Amino acid sequence: MSGGDMSDIVITGVGQVPVREHWDVSLRQLAARAILAAIHDAGEQKPQALYISNVLGSLLSRQANLGALLTCDCGMGGIEGTTIEAAGASGGAALRTAYLALRSGQVDCAMVVGVEKITDVVGPGVDKAIAETLDTDYEGMLGVTPTAMAALLMQRYMHEYECGHASFADHPLAASIHAVGNPNALYRKALSREEYEKSRPVCDPLNLHDIAAYADGAAALILTRSELVSKDFKSIPVRVSGSAVVTDRLSLHDRPDPLAFNAAGISISQACRQAGILPGDVDILELDDAFSIYPVLSVEAAGYAKRGEGTTWMKATVASGKPALASMGGMKARGNPLAAAGVYQAVEAVLQLRGEAGDCQVKGAKKALIQCLGSASATAAAHVLEITQKS
Amino acid sequence: MEIPRHWRLKQQRYALVGEVCPHCDAKIFPPRDVCPECGGEAREAYNFSGKGEVYSFTRMGEGPAGFEEQAPYTVALVKLAEGPVVTAQLTDLGDTKVEIGMPVEMVTRRIRQDGDERGMIVYGYKFRPVMQG
Amino acid sequence: MKKNEGHEQTGIKPLIPDRKVGIIGYGAYVPRYRLPGTEVARIWTDGTSGSPVKEKAVAGLDEDVATMSIEAARNALARAGIAANELRAVWVGSESHPYAVKPTGTIVAEAIGAVPSIQAADFQFACKAGTEAIVAAIALVGSNMADYAMGIGMDIAQGRPGDSLEYTASSGGAAYILGPAEKSLAEIEAVYSYVTDTPDFWRRQEQKYPEHGQRFTGEPAYFKHITEAGKALMDALKMKPEDFAYGVFHQPNTKFPQRAGSLLGFKPEQTAVGLLSPVIGNTYAGASIIGLTAILDQAKPGERILLVSYGSGAGSDAFVIKVTEAITERQKLATLTADYIQRRTEIDYATYARYRGKLAMK
Ligand SMILES: [Zn+2]
Repeated sequence: MSGGDMSDIVITGVGQVPVREHWDVSLRQLAARAILAAIHDAGEQKPQALYISNVLGSLLSRQANLGALLTCDCGMGGIEGTTIEAAGASGGAALRTAYLALRSGQVDCAMVVGVEKITDVVGPGVDKAIAETLDTDYEGMLGVTPTAMAALLMQRYMHEYECGHASFADHPLAASIHAVGNPNALYRKALSREEYEKSRPVCDPLNLHDIAAYADGAAALILTRSELVSKDFKSIPVRVSGSAVVTDRLSLHDRPDPLAFNAAGISISQACRQAGILPGDVDILELDDAFSIYPVLSVEAAGYAKRGEGTTWMKATVASGKPALASMGGMKARGNPLAAAGVYQAVEAVLQLRGEAGDCQVKGAKKALIQCLGSASATAAAHVLEITQKS
Repeated sequence: MEIPRHWRLKQQRYALVGEVCPHCDAKIFPPRDVCPECGGEAREAYNFSGKGEVYSFTRMGEGPAGFEEQAPYTVALVKLAEGPVVTAQLTDLGDTKVEIGMPVEMVTRRIRQDGDERGMIVYGYKFRPVMQG
Repeated sequence: MKKNEGHEQTGIKPLIPDRKVGIIGYGAYVPRYRLPGTEVARIWTDGTSGSPVKEKAVAGLDEDVATMSIEAARNALARAGIAANELRAVWVGSESHPYAVKPTGTIVAEAIGAVPSIQAADFQFACKAGTEAIVAAIALVGSNMADYAMGIGMDIAQGRPGDSLEYTASSGGAAYILGPAEKSLAEIEAVYSYVTDTPDFWRRQEQKYPEHGQRFTGEPAYFKHITEAGKALMDALKMKPEDFAYGVFHQPNTKFPQRAGSLLGFKPEQTAVGLLSPVIGNTYAGASIIGLTAILDQAKPGERILLVSYGSGAGSDAFVIKVTEAITERQKLATLTADYIQRRTEIDYATYARYRGKLAMK
């Protein structure tokens, strides 16, 4: 299914709040700020449906039914509103849901808001809540966390391909450098290679700088069909030309080859095929870098690099800047607001494609591929975004 | 209190009771109603030997809620002799240096308690370096 | 019971079931960690005091009487070569059951696959809770009510920090499967118990650590009960110390069991094999019967063993055991006690304090 005779699905508004420890801001306020920002950005376009990506609302903020809460809070009471949850892939899954709703013709204007409020709780309860994105009976209840899962993958990778910890440095370093220009990023300090290599061990072989910090955030998108974009629309619509959500077995222990990241690979090839491009055609590649091993496994799964050569590819690609990786800091430096991360990716890609990315601008960016992963690629959501010429 | 969910899983947890697929003879753990190998229905109980080897491992410096007092501890993916891989803690390591490929065997240990020290004790499988060949 | 006319002249009547009963399988468990006596002395006496044992076995953070019993029970099943569901009882003797109310026996029975057609309960009689469970198992099989029954003695013994017990109070024990003598690796020829109300050691409800009567725990308590039980049983059976290849007595330290053996007429070479307290400490309900596992690990057919347990409060169970031909093939079917003892990681007092819950966490 390619664009063809069908109308395009376009993003006409984006909004975000800086990723921070927002001690004084609640889940509902975070979401509202991103939602209102997106509505303003879209020229006061109001959605008919709100798709909310959120994982921890019930666990940390003790708040379910965000659909009714947020639509009402943002003056959109009465419209459709539901939560989409797919762990770290929630943001992409919500975008996919909005895409399908618009494609179906049942909805003409949809909003996606990704919101995660981590800091309602402090202490090990946060790790426990995040660990509920694993198989609780056979992983979480045994004391395992997503960080440990990433460490298990990295340990195995280093064993199979006989590489050291230092070979994973390139993606996190590039992310930290890019975030310097992003006012919404959590960490705006470029890391040195030495700082990366010498950082505190957390879950061997993962060190502190292999892990994206969880923090509060909210990001929002307004989408519509291209023929519905107002003649007065002042900004540049960004086309969603490829959209895919793919699942794999939830637990690493159930996957015949845990390093394969099949869902990550398949979702990228599906989204690119739909967009009529090859994965290598994009100017911006925003991968899930919740842990430094993830982007390496993702580029191998997507065919950018052969198995075992992901770190080499990463080094060369960071050097060439084509495609640009983690162009606004990735999760590593922008921060990882779990379910909101995938929506931040979309917001940042839209800014890049519009040419509004400020100090982070990738010159001449026309195509972006964004991907977020849930539970170590148990769910993978990939989207291709492209610039349209304003008609 | 989460008594039912722990009680329901006691056989799997205490003794690594999984399933064997009547269609393709695959040994299945964790047990589920559909064979991951052939897609057929599988409900026949199967006792795993508990022998396996370390597929990957990590030492967790901090534990999530319920495990704070155990940290640091080592978790691993253990490839069982019968085929499946399980996620579990390693225990009784002492000064043993863990390596991929290290032979391990299942033991039944305290996993955590349900809530505080007033709650039920959750027992389950862990793996340790093999004592007997 | 049979009339044991021959024993009447001795004044006691040993327990001998109508159906002959023996040990079908046995299994030990000793945790990995060891606390040297010098570490306790370093903390509490500036290193000036000697220790009644070289070192003691310490359970890890994730161990308790249920988990240790499960491993010993699995070893016993491996040696017995029977299916777990052939057992009709799983009885666990301990003074450190993980729950005050809720049986350890059900956890062990479930883990080894012995449920649901089974008796399960916990025994409490200080350090003879394990042998009491074994006597009950003998009775269940001896009465023909069951073919197989399991008795376990296991403890994670608690000594108050700085108390003399802290040098010895250790973790470990053993599991025994009793069954028909003709299928056994060792026949239980007779049992005799000697019990009085003697408060030499106790722990009140809700208290974490036990109290003990210091020097009172010796002559009127430990030595009196062990020697009375052992002597009475030997007399009743018209046996002498020389009739036994091995003797094993409750071992709260190194010296008590050596002296008890000597009072009963046993030579050091008869008691050396079963004397494990110098290297694993006092495993309380497990102490005498884990000594027996070490003996069975190397015993030969036809050899006799005298085992006398002791539990504070107080009482002793004496057993006369005769090893059968089946022993040889079953010794190697599970981990040997010596292998458990050899597997050792030395820890310091701080690690011990953490592992055994002696740090105030709240
Ligand atoms: Zn099958």
